Amino acid sequence: MKYSLFPGCTVLGRGRNYEMAARQVARVMGIEFVDLDGFECCGFPVKSIHHDTFVLMAARNILVAEKEGHDICTLCSACAGSLTEINKYLLENFDEKAKIVAALRKQGLDFRVGRSIAVKHFTRILYEACGTREICRMVKKRLAGLKVAVHYGCHYLKPADIYDNAEDPEDPHSLDELVLLTGAESIDYMARTKCCGAGVLAINEELAHSMARSKLLELSQDTVDALVVICPFCSIMFDDNQKKIEQRFNEQYNLPVLYYPQLLGVALGIDEKALGLRMNRVSTKRLLEKIHDI
Amino acid sequence: MADKMPLVPRFKYEIASEPGGENIKLCFGCGICTASCPIREVDSRYNPRKIIRMVLLGMKDRVLRSDFIWLCSSCYACSERCPQGVRFTEVMNAIKNLAVREGYVHPAYLLQVGLIKKAGRLYEIDEFDNNKRTAAGLPAVGKTRMCTAMISALTGLDDLLSKGTDSGP
Repeated sequence: MKYSLFPGCTVLGRGRNYEMAARQVARVMGIEFVDLDGFECCGFPVKSIHHDTFVLMAARNILVAEKEGHDICTLCSACAGSLTEINKYLLENFDEKAKIVAALRKQGLDFRVGRSIAVKHFTRILYEACGTREICRMVKKRLAGLKVAVHYGCHYLKPADIYDNAEDPEDPHSLDELVLLTGAESIDYMARTKCCGAGVLAINEELAHSMARSKLLELSQDTVDALVVICPFCSIMFDDNQKKIEQRFNEQYNLPVLYYPQLLGVALGIDEKALGLRMNRVSTKRLLEKIHDI
Repeated sequence: MADKMPLVPRFKYEIASEPGGENIKLCFGCGICTASCPIREVDSRYNPRKIIRMVLLGMKDRVLRSDFIWLCSSCYACSERCPQGVRFTEVMNAIKNLAVREGYVHPAYLLQVGLIKKAGRLYEIDEFDNNKRTAAGLPAVGKTRMCTAMISALTGLDDLLSKGTDSGP
């Protein structure tokens, strides 16, 4: 299994622990990542202000991957959303694709119209391409007794039609299943499908914090060992901003936030340091001690 | 005060002709968008059903000049539940696209576009970052070819943003 890795801006800038864990897990699971130097921002940040720029930015990245020939693997859910949406658009509107290719060729970029690839989020690849049976077979340390809450986030699931309705966004299950494979328990909770708030962090910090808070508050009252995320934006809200949110609302959550590949990595027997587990903002020390005792 | 702003009956057609805005006229006002909205839950200024009504009624200036149009988190909760297929998250994108063309853009976006154009990404990866990457066992990341800067010039975004924009009312 070979994929062109699309790390995205936020993972490169703020999610080294995620990238480390994803690459380690991929290696163990037989997924080969190809690093391309032609990728730039996926286009998501400009979608709401300039549609044509968004389309061209996303399309150019897809054309870069088409040239290389492998499907794209994204780590960020917003990148998955943008690139999946525009990839679908290019597949369904050949004339538009031809226009885009012609416009970019005029700028000296050597693209062709006659190829196509698929775009997949890393979590989706683990769930569908690797498969639950294969992951189960590779697990070396079952994390029995560990209780986690999963946060799917928005763009991994929605809008559901760009993902060919692969999963019901009201009642998703892939990440829960992936957690169960590690031996950990995935609890049900009220705010399960709620947005983290990152979409408005740059616009209105207080509003974004209020959104993330509702989830943190519910989970701190319950007794989960960690929150599991699959998107760097969600991690910025729940991990990087957790201290600030605690201060703003004068509350204590102490909730470690792990990227799913970090959790799976531990179960696969990968060294904790190589999974970047010491780089998470909210200390994972107590969590790791609990895991050692299992 | 607000009443002094003229109504523009064709506003709904302008939104409907933007990418993503096509289905706005299908709204029958059930309000499931508002009930599903995580922003609405914590900030009453943002109300999807109200925004749709304002567009349908032609309250163009009040919508485009507002602060509230920048509060959508793009979570698609409203879109998934809408029984009429309005796709409100995309309608919000249509509204914001039009607002930008009318000279209203939230400063956070100007900042983001500036960063992306400069480095090809939201975050520039310099030597310092690459040293950290190497130490973490990650491959170094090269400079981009700045294609995004070329694209924003090509599509007219640069001209639009340099025309003198306003950050709202």
